[in-house]
Amino acid sequence: MPQVTLTVNGKTSSVEVEARTLLVELLRDKLGLTGTHVGCDTSQCGACVVHIDGNSVKACTMLALQADGTKVTTIEGIAAADGTLHPMQEMFREHHALQCGFCTPGMVMSAIDLVAKNPQGLSEDEIRHGLEGNLCRCTGYHNIVKAIDASQSLMHAKAAE
Amino acid sequence: MYNFEYQKPGALADAVKALGAADAKALAGGMTLIPVLKQRLNQPSVVVDLAKLGLSGITVTGDSVTIGAMTTHATVAASADIKRAIPALAALAGGIGDIQVRARGTIGGSLANNDPAACYPAAALALGATITTNKRAIKADVYFTGMFTTALAADEVITSVSFPIPAKAAYVKFKQPASRYAMVGVFAAKGPAGVRMAVTGSGQGGVFRFTAAEAALASNWSAAALNGISVSADNMMSDIHGSAVYRAHLVGVIAKRAVTAAG
Ligand SMILES: Cc1cc2nc3c(=O)[nH]c(=O)nc-3n(C[C@H](O)[C@H](O)[C@H](O)COP(=O)(O)OP(=O)(O)OC[C@H]3O[C@@H](n4cnc5c(N)ncnc54)[C@H](O)[C@@H]3O)c2cc1C
Ligand code: FES
Ligand code: FES
Repeated sequence: MPQVTLTVNGKTSSVEVEARTLLVELLRDKLGLTGTHVGCDTSQCGACVVHIDGNSVKACTMLALQADGTKVTTIEGIAAADGTLHPMQEMFREHHALQCGFCTPGMVMSAIDLVAKNPQGLSEDEIRHGLEGNLCRCTGYHNIVKAIDASQSLMHAKAAE
Repeated sequence: MYNFEYQKPGALADAVKALGAADAKALAGGMTLIPVLKQRLNQPSVVVDLAKLGLSGITVTGDSVTIGAMTTHATVAASADIKRAIPALAALAGGIGDIQVRARGTIGGSLANNDPAACYPAAALALGATITTNKRAIKADVYFTGMFTTALAADEVITSVSFPIPAKAAYVKFKQPASRYAMVGVFAAKGPAGVRMAVTGSGQGGVFRFTAAEAALASNWSAAALNGISVSADNMMSDIHGSAVYRAHLVGVIAKRAVTAAG
């Protein structure tokens, strides 16, 4: 079977996969990182979003073999080693930006990418458009948008440290 | 998904050779191919990943913009050079799908797939682009041969796409709200090839030129010149998102908006 070597949350692994194995299957079934969810499996809901070399992508729409040699970050890899939450996680908690929580890992990963790539700051409208690839069936989005808005100053201040 | 053999060659010649096998399939961003494979609508023997062929990059000269086939929508949308030379093209790329789709999806994949609701085919046809492959250069006018079909041979790989820089151009898309694919998308351009207007999202045969509108705009570049000019509903797609008559009407409305947006 083909082998894929990739660095997930700072740890490098070599894993045997089938050619048809999806990245999300590798993460969940082979590496036990079940924080990355599968919602739709049709590339639309964003529950499976992870970062590959700093870009948010849908892990259900990528072959594990396409990720060979890349650096992957999942929801398990964003809090500090001592357990301190990432500012985006903290703001999701503070602003009650989740109900069932199914969409949350993907929302948080998309939101971190969105905010990090826009240091000039995002308007509420831009945040809403930036979430086009993520669906939430519970919250109605308002609190998610508030949490992302609130995280902007925290994330940019942290990046400037 | 059915299983297949996966190859990631490091040279174009090797990729072309691998694609010569029966039922071999090229893989670019995978934003179309992987969903198709998941639905078992396609059963390739070999999937040939084009990622290691060095096919991404952007070159802008005084009169053209050339984009490597593996260049992602996100890269085109963010390119300062393209924003300066053909802002409508950068805006089109920035309006495809969502951030995650734009991070992976490529211009070569979009043009090879020729989805009747895709955005890039409208830009290629309206701007009179040239599609370059490992074998030849193909003019957009003869490249798009019908819904999901093109002039490409099975083992032909798009390497780059070249767009002449127009004097003015705009792309306006009426989005299908769930997928953001075009229900109707109109690319209007006034350039070296004259006035050209291409329509995507609505034609049964895929992207097409709105020639009646082009004739009217050639003598009077204004939205008002399109009053009373329409497309026939006969060749329009009809689906749960909109009937043929509805789409034909939308083409007229969006065409005017595109002319206004181009200025
Ligand atoms: C949720 C979602 C929303 C989307 N919304 C839009 C939208 O609004 N507008 C829009 O235009 N598109 C949209 N798309 C499609 C997206 O733009 C895809 O990226 C594109 O259609 C295919 O590009 P790809 O690089 O992913 O190609 P792939 O999926 O890898 O390949 C597609 C086809 O092209 C062939 N191919 C790929 N590259 C080459 C090449 N260089 N030479 C020859 N053949 C090649 C492959 O063999 C395959 O048959 C959307 C997709 C998704 C999942
Ligand atoms: S599970 Fe990947 S987009 Fe829905
Ligand atoms: S919190 Fe339930 S889907 Fe978003």
